[in-house]
Amino acid sequence: MIGVRDLSVRLGEREVLTGVDATVRRGEWLAIIGPNGAGKSTLLKAVMGALAHRGEVDVGGRSAATLKPRERARLIAYAPQTPALPPDMTVFDYALLGRTPYIPYLGRESRHDRDVTASVLDRLDLAEFAVRRVGELSGGERQRVVLARALAQQAPVLLLDEPTTALDLGHQQQVLELVDRLRRADGLTVITTLHDLTLAGQYADTLLLLARGRAVACGEPGKVLTEPLVGEHFDARVMIEPGPGGRPVVHLVRGEP
Amino acid sequence: MRTADAAAGQSRARPLWLAGALAVLALSMVAGLLGGAADISPWQVVAQAADWLPFVTVESGLTPVEQGLLYELRLPRVLVAAVVGGLLAIAGAGYQGVFRNPLADPYLLGAAAGAGLMTTVAIVLLPQLAAGIPVAAFAGAVGGVFLAYALGNTAGRSGGTSTLVLAGVAVTSFLTAIQTFVQQFKVEELQRIYAWILGDVGGGWEQFRLVLPYAVVSAVLLLLHGRMLDVLSVGDEEAVSLGVRAARVRFAVLLAGALATAAAVAVSGLIGFVGIVVPHVVRRLAGGSYRSVLPLSLIAGAAFLVLADLAARTVIAPAELPIGVVTMFVGAPFFVAVLRMTRRTAT
Repeated sequence: MIGVRDLSVRLGEREVLTGVDATVRRGEWLAIIGPNGAGKSTLLKAVMGALAHRGEVDVGGRSAATLKPRERARLIAYAPQTPALPPDMTVFDYALLGRTPYIPYLGRESRHDRDVTASVLDRLDLAEFAVRRVGELSGGERQRVVLARALAQQAPVLLLDEPTTALDLGHQQQVLELVDRLRRADGLTVITTLHDLTLAGQYADTLLLLARGRAVACGEPGKVLTEPLVGEHFDARVMIEPGPGGRPVVHLVRGEP
Repeated sequence: MRTADAAAGQSRARPLWLAGALAVLALSMVAGLLGGAADISPWQVVAQAADWLPFVTVESGLTPVEQGLLYELRLPRVLVAAVVGGLLAIAGAGYQGVFRNPLADPYLLGAAAGAGLMTTVAIVLLPQLAAGIPVAAFAGAVGGVFLAYALGNTAGRSGGTSTLVLAGVAVTSFLTAIQTFVQQFKVEELQRIYAWILGDVGGGWEQFRLVLPYAVVSAVLLLLHGRMLDVLSVGDEEAVSLGVRAARVRFAVLLAGALATAAAVAVSGLIGFVGIVVPHVVRRLAGGSYRSVLPLSLIAGAAFLVLADLAARTVIAPAELPIGVVTMFVGAPFFVAVLRMTRRTAT
């Protein structure tokens, strides 16, 4: 569904990504992991089309470079790490923004656009929040509202940049379960960056480990989350053992006193 | 289907607010026609206003002198105040959207300083040519914005907003410095320059005819961009992810806002506070979507300036206050009151 070939991104003087390759099949969940500054968010933004880059990005078999911005937006939805939420906007109006790629530049949304938005809010248990202002919501509710906007876009590919940042344990689980459910129900292709390695290993089918702008490992969680790989690239002392469902669980190991 | 009901409720609220704002504007205009010397009742004003409409004939019972007073003096005055107030408020709302900054106002990008400079130059060089002032002010306002935009785009990354704001600040202080310098050459014209700066909507039908075409074009352009400003409010990156070219939207809104500001400034001088207060009040009351904020700012700005002009004419009658003094004197406490009334935890 998404193919990235030899992707390089330069921000100012610095090359942030160098020759990254990745393939994500329809309905698959890819988690991008890596230490701070490895280029995780940059990779998402390049795939989304917000950054100039070298190399190829394919979406559903078409070269992304040939897609008009609106066409691309109908194929790829994106939720940033720290979304700007206009505090005075209602939840419904905010989620309705997801319909933008379907509405003519100076046109109005149709009945269908409103119906899609309403059903997405229903699905995310946000129905009762529709007329609330975005600024009045809690952290977990906001994350769901941002997700609602992305889903209203009805794009087959969903890019989420650190969807669990600043959420407590329960809300992290809630959001990831929700994404997983939607992915299974609608056949969405999901690409997330995730900080928490254990969470990434639990939910994603494939992990892509970035370090200093390069893809250093890619594969199923058990192959990427190994003590040597994580130890080397995160510069951390870890112990990894099989957890629920045989997927790896990463523990930090305290140093000798 | 609770969501659908709620969403429908949301879309119903917008026309309600619009109807309410229009009612307030109509009342303000009747009050504006009533205010001042001469003993005319509200009903006579309404009847007379109906009589002015095409295909309508209503006997208002006013004498020809009273009719002349209403038609030649008060009506154009009320209409100019309404148009100028509406333009400043909608331009302010548009700029706040483009800059994602609640402190943006229509004069932010050098429009006021440019108009002030060119008007001062016109008054100093051609003191007898009063008809040239609107042209000079218009050219100055457009020139000021153009300068700021060109400077902002060459100095910073193309399309960024913060360099644009800084460029506006630089252009404003530079042009104001020249303006102050120029006015020192003709100290005897200082009063005329200050009278212009403090604003005036008493220029009659001529003034109204000058501003109307620009007002219609710029207001329609801005109103059409309400949904796009909502998209911009989530940030440039997300706008891109929604298939919107943010820089293009910004350019269109800045252009329309500059046109609106230049037209307003050209006919009425530098009336302060309308462009920043009105959109905020609207946003506090009716929510933050620009699809409501833009039309409601247009209407509420019109009503606000009509009432401000009424106060300017009547408070120390038969003398008149400059309308810019009234907007600031009344606007500031009113703004604080609205802020307090609608205080919330998250803003």
